[in-house]
Amino acid sequence: MRFVPALILTITALFLVSCSQDSPVSRATKQKVLLMGNTAEPRGLDPHIVSGVLENNIIRGLFEGLVTEHPSKDGIALPGVAESWGPTDPKNPIEWIFNLRKEAKWSDGVPLTADDFLFSFKRILTPELGSEYSFMLYYIIGAEDFHKGKTKDFSTVKVSAPDSHTLKVNLRSPIPFLPEITKHYTWFPVPKHIIEKHGKPEDRFNPWTKPQNIQSNGAFTLKSWKLNDHIEIQRNPLYWDTKNVALNGIRFLPISNSFTEDRMFYNEQLHITYTIAPDLIEYSRKNFKDMTRNEFYFGTYFIRCNVKKGPLQDVRIREALSITINQQDIIDFVTMGNQSPAAGIVPPFAGYNSPGNIKFDPERAKKLLGDAGYSEGNGFPKIKFLTTDRESSKRLAEALQAMWKKYLGIEISIQQMEWTSYLNTMMSKDYDLAAGGWIGDYMDPLTFLDMWIKDGGNNRTNWSNERFEELLGEAEKTAGQKERYEILGRAEKLFLDERPILPIYWYTRNYLIHNHVKGWDPLILDNHPYKFLDLVAD
Amino acid sequence: MLKYILQRLLQGLLVMAALYTIVFFLVGWMPGDPFSSNEKNISPEVRENMKKAWGLDKPLWQQYLIYPKNLITEGSLGVSTEKNRPVWDIILQSFPASLILGVSALFIAVGIGVPIGILSATKKNTAIDYGGMAIAMIGICIPSFIIGPVLQLTLAAKIPALKIAGWGHPLDIILPSITLGLGTAAYLARLTRGSMLEILNQDYIRTAKAKGLKTFSVVIKHALRGGLLPSVAFIGPAFAALISGSFIVETIFQVPGMGQHFVNAAIKRDPFVLRGVVLFYGLLIVFMNLAADLIAAALNPRIRLEKT
Repeated sequence: MRFVPALILTITALFLVSCSQDSPVSRATKQKVLLMGNTAEPRGLDPHIVSGVLENNIIRGLFEGLVTEHPSKDGIALPGVAESWGPTDPKNPIEWIFNLRKEAKWSDGVPLTADDFLFSFKRILTPELGSEYSFMLYYIIGAEDFHKGKTKDFSTVKVSAPDSHTLKVNLRSPIPFLPEITKHYTWFPVPKHIIEKHGKPEDRFNPWTKPQNIQSNGAFTLKSWKLNDHIEIQRNPLYWDTKNVALNGIRFLPISNSFTEDRMFYNEQLHITYTIAPDLIEYSRKNFKDMTRNEFYFGTYFIRCNVKKGPLQDVRIREALSITINQQDIIDFVTMGNQSPAAGIVPPFAGYNSPGNIKFDPERAKKLLGDAGYSEGNGFPKIKFLTTDRESSKRLAEALQAMWKKYLGIEISIQQMEWTSYLNTMMSKDYDLAAGGWIGDYMDPLTFLDMWIKDGGNNRTNWSNERFEELLGEAEKTAGQKERYEILGRAEKLFLDERPILPIYWYTRNYLIHNHVKGWDPLILDNHPYKFLDLVAD
Repeated sequence: MLKYILQRLLQGLLVMAALYTIVFFLVGWMPGDPFSSNEKNISPEVRENMKKAWGLDKPLWQQYLIYPKNLITEGSLGVSTEKNRPVWDIILQSFPASLILGVSALFIAVGIGVPIGILSATKKNTAIDYGGMAIAMIGICIPSFIIGPVLQLTLAAKIPALKIAGWGHPLDIILPSITLGLGTAAYLARLTRGSMLEILNQDYIRTAKAKGLKTFSVVIKHALRGGLLPSVAFIGPAFAALISGSFIVETIFQVPGMGQHFVNAAIKRDPFVLRGVVLFYGLLIVFMNLAADLIAAALNPRIRLEKT
């Protein structure tokens, strides 16, 4: 029985040793290692396979594209692998030249050349790889046909390398914002020599991203990866700009329980959280005022209407439902995250203001409903509102249910489903109303508009409109940004008039950030370039 | 003895085959497929290519045969459709944390549950008995998703040595194992009390007392051996449950264990991980049950292994 006293002694000793130490945050600050909540275990680190925000957070640290984000300004491109870039004809930006820096290297010292980019583009577009995000490259001539298997000849895709440090890209239409698109990880280079060493490039199971195999070209390289525990990246000494990188590393923690994450922050275990649980926002604002952030984020929350089913075929009914949603009340009492009421589908950002003018107006809604033949909601069939099984989704659905009952006298039933069933039900269009959201991939209205084309994979509303698609086509041919935005604005107006979706709010991101973190400014896409961050204890 | 073990192992094999069949078809018939659990839609071409990569394009009955074949010939449980890594890799990386957590939880369960049960039985219908059973009742009734956060807010937030969540330091084991073990402790307390009461009324205990033995040695030397039998039978499968992980405790305390794979694989329709972890759990249950029976036989000479 000597085991028990020994155990007690050990635990006591551990307690005493641990008590005298600094908090994890203070220690990490001294070591210049950022501790970051990242919500879940990533699906992988292969930029051509993954598609989520949390994978993006890690991949942006490991890899660098042609250009990089500005630390505090949206829509500005700073040099990345490319030293300089531009269209051959600025009036018609259809052919672009990127001049790659000669000193660019992979973390094993192998030079990074234009060939790596060509290899990457070919790999992500190879149908057998099954990349979910390859449509981000469809702007290149021939990319879509190659990806859809219409041709096996990659030379039909108009990207080329006139020499080993020059990359030429020919687009199917003029795109003045191409550098913005190349910030997305689908355009990043992947190491040809490493991928080929570990298997076939088009093999999804190619183990090149394993910790012992991976080489990257960004400010950091992979240090350790323990499933569901952490991923740590460390400074890459061979990165071209490494002397200007202040951090020694970043530790990403897959904390799926947001209450746990927030409590870890309150107790100095994290520098940055992924989010704040809605129930803890008020507490955080009160007790951690200068560390609680609420920032505009490039996303919209809305409800899809199945426009080919039941009463929702009538645009008047869709509008009536839309303008009886008291958006501000939902923000104040349900989501509690200080979001903005959504007047349209595209969130406003520099240069573009949504033409949408959706406002709470129950009087007009009653009239519209009456015109449609359901005065006071009489005779209105019971419709179903599809949403996910999360508690927050349920709360929102119940609020909407109450609003429509109160202002229109109509009944809806809430149908909660677990995530995959919810998506499948929506995709098979077996719903009346369905909750949903969209996060923009790049800084342009198009990322919120081109999904609504006929039979588009993310449309799911049965809605389509020829004039809408004509306008998108017109915008595609227009080079000047102002004219383009004006055309896209008309397209959005038309879309909103038809109301296949009922906008609710534009996203904000609520998170906690420790005041040791320097150089983290609000960015609408939330892609903070880690190379400009620093950790300084006060 | 050896014959008995072999016989039980053979039965175990049958159990595993039945388990595999049930799990395989339940997973196969779930609505949706692993490639439809992402918000962004993927094109039909991409979906077909992915199905082909995982062999999910074949008819279900073929998949049903291929899986055990790969398991026997290559030792492969398949590759996760969600995490893109071998299922073995996932199990081997997450099982150690679950094992450590489960063993500590079992220590806590036995260390708290059995003494309370014995004490309650020997002090039947006294304040100690009622108090002990009240604690046990509370332990059974309060779910771990309440106990966990309460421990975080009361202990971890106040004591600098304890972290809210995380896994890496030896002290990180304390709070999750208490959370995980408390329910089992409560159940054990009730079970031990019940069987101890029965034993304490037996003739041989009365004889021992009549010989003038002290209550302590009567309880420990004579009664406990028989009194613990139901608890031992219970501990076997309970131990398998503890070491195969708990979704709730793991997510509250950020433990990189196996429990979360059961839930996440079901949500994400990841057929390979789901089958892999269920079969692994099944295997643990089979072995723990066998171990529990062997221990019971060692404790109780009246159990003859050969005849069961």
